[in-house]
Amino acid sequence: MKLYCLSGHPTLPCNVLKFKSTTIMLDCGLDMTSTLNFLPLPLVQSPRLSNLPGWSLKDGNAFLDKELKECSGHVFVDSVPEFCLPETELIDLSTVDVILISNYHCMMALPYITEHTGFTGTVYATEPTVQIGRLLMEELVNFIERVPKAQSASLWKNKDIQRLLPSPLKDAVEVSTWRRCYTMQEVNSALSKIQLVGYSQKIELFGAVQVTPLSSGYALGSSNWIIQSHYEKVSYVSGSSLLTTHPQHLTAAVDTVHQSLVELPSGLGFWSKLVVVVFLFLFYLIFCRIIGRKRCLLSLPSSSFSQPMDQASLKNSDVLVLTGLTQIPTANPDGMVGEFCSNLALTVRNGGNVLVPCYPSGVIYDLLECLYQYIDSAGLSNIPFYFISPVANSSLEFSQIFAEWLCHNKQTKVYLPEPPFPHAELIQTNKLRHYPSIHGDFSNDFRQPCVVFTGHPSLRFGDVVHFMELWGKSSLNTVIFTEPDFSYLEALAPYQPLAMKCIYCPIDTRLNFIQVSKLLKEVQPLHVVCPEQYTQPPPAQSHRMDLMIDCQPPAMSYRRAEVLALPFKRLFEKIEIMPELADSLVPMEIKPGISLATVSAVLHTKDNKHVLQPPPRPAPPTSGKKRKRASEDIPDCKVLKPLLSGSIPVEQFVQTLEKHGFSDVKVEDTAKGHIVLLQEAETLIQIEEDSTHIICDNDEMLRVRLRDLVLKFLQKF
Amino acid sequence: MQGTAKALPGAAHGPKVRARRESGLSIPTLWVTAAWRPRKERGSQPGTPGSEGGSGALSGKSFNSSRKGVPGGTGLGSRTQGGWGPGPGRVLLQVQAPGRGRGPRAGPAWEPGLRPLHPPALGSHARPLGYAQAPPRQIRLRSVPPPPARVYLPCRRRRSRRCWTRRPAPSHRPAARDWLSAVQSEGPERGRAFPAGAPEAGAPGCACAVRAAGLVPAELRSWAVVGQAWSVGSGSAAATGWGAACRMPEIRVTPLGAGQDVGRSCILVSIGGKNVMLDCGMHMGFNDDRRFPDFSYITRNGRLTDFLDCVIISHFHLDHCGALPYFSEMVGYDGPIYMTHPTQAICPILLEDYRKIAVDKKGEANFFTSQMIKDCMKKVVAVHLHQTVQVDDELEIKAYYAGHVLGAAMFQIKVGSESVVYTGDYNMTPDRHLGAAWIDKCRPNLLITESTYATTIRDSKRCRERDFLKKVHETVERGGKVLIPVFALGRAQELCILLETFWERVNLKAPIYFSTGLTEKANHYYKLFITWTNQKIRKTFVQRNMFEFKHIKAFDRAFADNPGPMVVFATPGMLHAGQSLQIFRKWAGNEKNMVIMPGYCVQGTVGHKILSGQRKLEMEGRQVLEVKMQVEYMSFSAHADAKGIMQLVGQAEPESVLLVHGEAKKMEFLKQKIEQEFRVNCYMPANGETVTLPTSPSIPVGISLGLLKREMAQGLLPSAKKPRLLHGTLIMKDSSFQLVSSEQALKELGLAEHQLRFTCRVHLHDSRKEQETAARVYSHLKSVLKDHCVQHLPDGSVTVESILIQAAAHSEDPGTKVLLVSWTYQDEELGSYLTSLLKKGLPQAPS
Repeated sequence: MKLYCLSGHPTLPCNVLKFKSTTIMLDCGLDMTSTLNFLPLPLVQSPRLSNLPGWSLKDGNAFLDKELKECSGHVFVDSVPEFCLPETELIDLSTVDVILISNYHCMMALPYITEHTGFTGTVYATEPTVQIGRLLMEELVNFIERVPKAQSASLWKNKDIQRLLPSPLKDAVEVSTWRRCYTMQEVNSALSKIQLVGYSQKIELFGAVQVTPLSSGYALGSSNWIIQSHYEKVSYVSGSSLLTTHPQHLTAAVDTVHQSLVELPSGLGFWSKLVVVVFLFLFYLIFCRIIGRKRCLLSLPSSSFSQPMDQASLKNSDVLVLTGLTQIPTANPDGMVGEFCSNLALTVRNGGNVLVPCYPSGVIYDLLECLYQYIDSAGLSNIPFYFISPVANSSLEFSQIFAEWLCHNKQTKVYLPEPPFPHAELIQTNKLRHYPSIHGDFSNDFRQPCVVFTGHPSLRFGDVVHFMELWGKSSLNTVIFTEPDFSYLEALAPYQPLAMKCIYCPIDTRLNFIQVSKLLKEVQPLHVVCPEQYTQPPPAQSHRMDLMIDCQPPAMSYRRAEVLALPFKRLFEKIEIMPELADSLVPMEIKPGISLATVSAVLHTKDNKHVLQPPPRPAPPTSGKKRKRASEDIPDCKVLKPLLSGSIPVEQFVQTLEKHGFSDVKVEDTAKGHIVLLQEAETLIQIEEDSTHIICDNDEMLRVRLRDLVLKFLQKF
Repeated sequence: MQGTAKALPGAAHGPKVRARRESGLSIPTLWVTAAWRPRKERGSQPGTPGSEGGSGALSGKSFNSSRKGVPGGTGLGSRTQGGWGPGPGRVLLQVQAPGRGRGPRAGPAWEPGLRPLHPPALGSHARPLGYAQAPPRQIRLRSVPPPPARVYLPCRRRRSRRCWTRRPAPSHRPAARDWLSAVQSEGPERGRAFPAGAPEAGAPGCACAVRAAGLVPAELRSWAVVGQAWSVGSGSAAATGWGAACRMPEIRVTPLGAGQDVGRSCILVSIGGKNVMLDCGMHMGFNDDRRFPDFSYITRNGRLTDFLDCVIISHFHLDHCGALPYFSEMVGYDGPIYMTHPTQAICPILLEDYRKIAVDKKGEANFFTSQMIKDCMKKVVAVHLHQTVQVDDELEIKAYYAGHVLGAAMFQIKVGSESVVYTGDYNMTPDRHLGAAWIDKCRPNLLITESTYATTIRDSKRCRERDFLKKVHETVERGGKVLIPVFALGRAQELCILLETFWERVNLKAPIYFSTGLTEKANHYYKLFITWTNQKIRKTFVQRNMFEFKHIKAFDRAFADNPGPMVVFATPGMLHAGQSLQIFRKWAGNEKNMVIMPGYCVQGTVGHKILSGQRKLEMEGRQVLEVKMQVEYMSFSAHADAKGIMQLVGQAEPESVLLVHGEAKKMEFLKQKIEQEFRVNCYMPANGETVTLPTSPSIPVGISLGLLKREMAQGLLPSAKKPRLLHGTLIMKDSSFQLVSSEQALKELGLAEHQLRFTCRVHLHDSRKEQETAARVYSHLKSVLKDHCVQHLPDGSVTVESILIQAAAHSEDPGTKVLLVSWTYQDEELGSYLTSLLKKGLPQAPS
C-alpha cells in the first residue's frame, strides 16, 4: 500500500494510491500559480504592457529580452501562460484505474492526465462537480484561446539560463514540464470519461475495493472519499468545511429559546423567564465557541449552501489523507465577508468602481447572497452589478438546479418552489447583469460607478485584465481579492505602479487547524498523512505553533515526487462460505467462547470475490474394472489431512485397546513417555507428549484400526 | 415446526401453497384465518349462520384438544402456545383438501358457504376469475381463545417484535360496520377491499430458522454467531445476541394494496429480520375506508414504529403516497420515511390538494389535516439517486432512476447478501421530458415489479404521438374542444412539450389552456429539478428551459364556455373529481368535442367508465349525463409495457419476480411469460396474501491472507476433474470469524501439534545388499511415481515426498530384506499406497 505524491500544492493535490491491486488517483489539481510568472494577456491591446522593457542579464547580455520583460523590478515571461502539471514520471499514469475527484477546483488537470498519458480508466465525480468543473475549464480555455499570442517563450526554461534569472523564476520547479492550456476538445474528451456518482454511493472497483464519496461541505457537490476493503479503510479528506452547519445551529438555538419562552410554566415570573433565556443564550455562545466560530449571531451566511460535511463515516480509518485545508488559517471567513461588503459600499459611495476578480462559481454565490441582503440597507440599490464571464449565465443557472446538493435551508426553498439562491431575484430586478465578455452588449449597458465580478483571479488573463488597465490609475477605484489561491501582491505585480486601492479579504471556508484537530479527535484515524506544509507553521508566521496539524502519532508528511509506504499490513480478506458448506461444518468448543471447525472446501475466485463451496462428492464407482483401477491410482498427495493436537493418556488408551480385542498389551515407560507393545501383532506404539509413533508389520487393517483408536484421543485442526 | 399456509378467503391457493408443494411438503390441511372483526358485528351480520359469533367461543383447551386430531395443524398450535394466536373473536376456518386429511370431524359449527371461499386448489395455482362461486369443500369454523398479552415467541428474543401481527381496529376508524357490510355485499371486490385476511403464515420461530438452515439444534449455539458474522463481515457494527442468529433465511412479501390491483400501493416486505413498507397509497376507486390500506394488519396492539424499520415511497402519485399522513399521523408511525428529493417536494402539495377535495368539497370529516401533512413530511429523509442509505447497521436502501414521473425511483432493499428490488412505477422508454428507467445487474433475490401494462406491447412512441397530434388537430380544425384530463405533474408536462412544439411548427392559433393552480407550480418544479429530466432537456436548459411555454396559458373557469376551438389540460387525470370533471360535464353533450384520456384509469372512476364504453353516466344527485363527445384513449402513461418489464427483469437478473400493481388476468399472462423466458419463479399475490421465499445467504468470514495467497498461488481455477481442496480452520471467537491455516490456528490457540507417525515393515525377498535393494526400490518408485518427488539420499534411504523408506537386513533370514516405510498422518494415503506397492515386490532387476 503506497501513496505516490504527484503535486506539492497542498490545496490542489494529486496523489496516487496503490491499494489491493488497484491504482487510484486522488484528485488531479492543476497548480496555476505558475501563471503568475507570465505577463497578463490583455483583451484589448495595451500600450503599457507592450512597451515594457526587456530584461537583460547583469552583464548586459540581452539575448532574453524578447522573452522576459521587466515591470517595477519584477521579471515576467512574455508568453502564453503555462501551468505546472502534476508529476507524470513518478508512476506510469496509464496504469491508473480510477480517478476520484473531490471538488471542481481539484479537477483542472484532468485533460492532461486523461488525454496524454494513455489513461484508460474511469473518473468518478459528483454531478455538480462535473458541471461546474466544466464551466471552470471552459472559461479557462476561452480566456486563453480568445487572445491568441504568437510568441511562446522556451529559451528561459533552459536549466543553465534559469539559474541566472531573478528570484521567482529561478526557483520555479520543473519548468520544463510546464504546459500550455488544453483545448476544448480535450476538455470534452476528458469529461466524457467521468462517471457521475452520488453521495454515499458505494462503488465497487474490480470487486477488490469499494470507494464512496461523502459530502464534504465545502462547495456544491464537493466530496471526501472513503476507499475501503473489508478490513482496511483509507479516508481521503480534501477541501472540507464545517461552516455549513452554521445556519442549522442558529435556528436550533433560536428555536430552543423560543420554545422555552412558550413552554415555561406560566407561574414563573418575567424575571425567572429572563434568567432562563439569558442562560440559554450564554450556553449557545459557548457552544459556538467550541465549534470554532466567532461572531455567530452577527456574521453573514458564508458558504452555507452545500450539504454539511459527513464526519461520521470517516470514523475508524486506518489512514486519513488530509489535504485542502484553508489557505488563510488566520482569517475568519465571516469577518472577511463583512469587510468585503463595507469596502465595496465605501468605494461605490465615493463614486469609485469595484473590481472583484473571481472564479465563475463558488464564492461568488456567497458574495451575491450577502450583497442581496446588504444592498438595500447600504443604499446600493442603484448600483449595477456586472458578472462577466463566458460561462456567467450557465454558472448562475446551474447553481439553481442542484437542489439536492444544497443545505437544508436551501432545499426547503426549492420545495416551495423557489430558486434556492437569491441571485435569481437580483437578475430579475436587473440589479445583477451577466455578460459573456466585455464585448457586445456589455459596452452598451456599461454604467459607472459599478461593481464588476470577473475572472481570472490570477489577473493574468480574462476580462479582469482589461478592468485592471482601465481602472488601475484612479485611486477612487478598488480591487477586492476574495479568492485565496493567488498571492494578491504577486498578482498585482505586473500592474505596478497602481493607484487603485487593493483590499485583500480572502474567503476560504475550508477547514482551519482548530477544526482539523477537532475532526481528528472525533474520527480517530490510526495514521494521518498530509502535505509537509501542514506539519510546520507557515513560513511567515513561524511562531504560530497552532497553525499546524497536531496529532498522535505524528502525521506522516509528503512532498512532491515522493512515495510513501503507508503503515499498515493486510492480514485478512473476506471470503464467503456457501450455506450448504456452512451447514456441514461442525464447530466444537475448544476454550470457553472459542469454537473451531475444520473446513475442507473448494475455493472459487471470480472478480476478486472468494467463495468457499462444498467439496464435490466423490464420483460413484461405475464398474468393477474401473473401480479396481481407481483403487490403484496414485493418491493425490495434495489432499491434506488435518493437523492433530492433544495428548494421549496411556492408561485410557490401553483400556481402549483391550476393549477392542488386543489382549496382550504391555506398557513400558521410557524417558519421554511410554511404549505400548502388542506382542501378538508384533506392533509397537510409542506415545510421547506431542507425538505418537505406530510401528507395525505391513498389515493395513491393523494399522487403520490402531490409527482410528489413536485419533479418538486427538483433536483435529 | 412447519409454518402453515393461511390466506384469506379466496386466496388459499397461491404461490405460497405452490412453493410448498414444490418443496415436497405435503399440506393436508390449510388454515384459513379470516379477520372478521369485531366479532359482535360479525355475529350480527344478517344471513350469517355462524352461531358461535356471539358467545360460542370454544375454550383454548378444547381448541387444543381438537387440534391434535388435525393432521398438519401443529404449526398453528405451537404458535398459539407461544402466545401468538389469532385475535379474540376471530374465526379460524379450517379447510381440508379433498382426499387428504381424515375427513370431516365434528366441529362445533359448520359454516357452509358463509363466504365464497375459494377451494384450496392445491394442485394448481390457476385462479378462476372472481372470488365467489366456488363452493368450499369442507369448512369448519371455530373461534379461538384470545391470545395472552404478550405476542412474543419464546425463542425470538430480539426480533420477536418483528412479525406482522394484527392490532385492533383503531378507534378512529369511522364506520367499521358500514364498511364491513360493504365488503360483504361486494363479493368480487373483497380481496381488494379487505386486505387483511390475516395470512399469518410466517413468523417462524427459531426452530424454523434452524430447520431452514439445516442445522441441528445442538450445533445451533455455535452457529448463533454465524449470523452475527454477517454483519461483522459487511463492515457494520456487530449485531449481538440471539436475534441475529435467528435471522430467518427467507423473504416475505405481503401486499396490503396493489396486489392484483392498481391503486393503493402498499407492500410489506420482511427481509433478513427487517420489515419495510413499500409505498403507502390510496385507492382512487373508493371513497370510503377501503381507499387506504388496512394498516392494522401490521400490528394490532403495538406501535407501528416498533414493527417497521422504514417506509419507502417510490414516487409522488397519490396511489403511492396518498395514505402517508393517515398512516404516520393518524395510525401513528414515527420511523423514517424515505423518498427522493423531488418526491419530497411535490408529495405534500398533492396531498394537500387531495385533502382539500376530500374535506372541503366532499365535506369529509375525520380526514388528515394540513398540519398532519406537514408533520408527516418532517419524518421524511430524502435520498439521492444511487446513494446507499444505511437505515440501520444492517438494512440499506438504494434508489435507481425510474423515469415514470419527476423523482420516481426504484429501490433496492438490502440486508447482508439478501436483497429485494421494488420498482414502483417505471418507464423503460425515454419520453419527451424524462429518461428511461435503469438498474444495474444487481441480482436481487426478488424483484417486485409493477405490471400495469402486463399484456400490452405499445407501438412506438412516435406513432402514438402522431396519432395524438392528429386527433387534436382534427378536432380543433372542425371547431371542437379538446379536453385532456391529466395529473398536474408528469404526463401533463410531456404533452405540453409535445403540443407546444406542434403548435409552433404548424402555426396553430387555437388556444391551449392549462388548468391553473397546481400545474403552474408543477412546471416550476420541473425547472428546479431539471437534473431529473432527460438528457436533452438537461443539456439545453441554460439556453432554453423547455418548461417555459409560449403557447400554453393559464385556464380560467369562464373560458370553458367560450365559443370556438380550444385545448384544455385539466386535472385530475381520471375524471373522478375537480376541474376536469366539471369541464367534462359541460362539454360531454357535444359530439364535436373530444376527450383524450392519456393515462390509466382506475376502476370506479368516470374515466374508467367512459373508456369502457359507457355512454350514460350517473352523476351525483341522480343526474344522468349522456356522453356524446368522442372519447379517445392514448396510452401516454409512463408505465413500462410488457416488453419494458421483461427488459427490466433482464437487466436486474433477479432470482424471482413478484408482480403487483396490475390486473390479475393480465398478470397471469405476464407471469407465464417471465417464468418461461427467464426460468425464475414468478408470484402474483393478492392483497393480504403472503409470499415466502426461502433464501440462502452465504456467510462471510475473514480468511487469513497467507492461506488465501497460498491457495491462489496454485492456480486460480480448480479443474472439475481434480478439485483441489482448501483446508483451514474456522475460529469463532466472540463475534469474529477467521479462517486460518491449521498451523496458524494451532499457534493462535497456543496448542502444540501432535505428530502421529506410522512405520510399516515390508518384507522383500532379495538377497542383495541393502544399498542395492534401496537403489532398486528407488528406480522402481521413480518409474511408477512420475508426479512425485522421489529422492535417493546419500545415507541409503529413499524418500517419496516426505515419506522415508529404509532398507535393512532381516535379522534371521539373510535372503529377506526389510523395508521400513515411515510416514506421518498427513501423508497417510500416499504411505499406505506405497506399502501396498512395495508389498507386491520389485520388478525383476535386469541383471
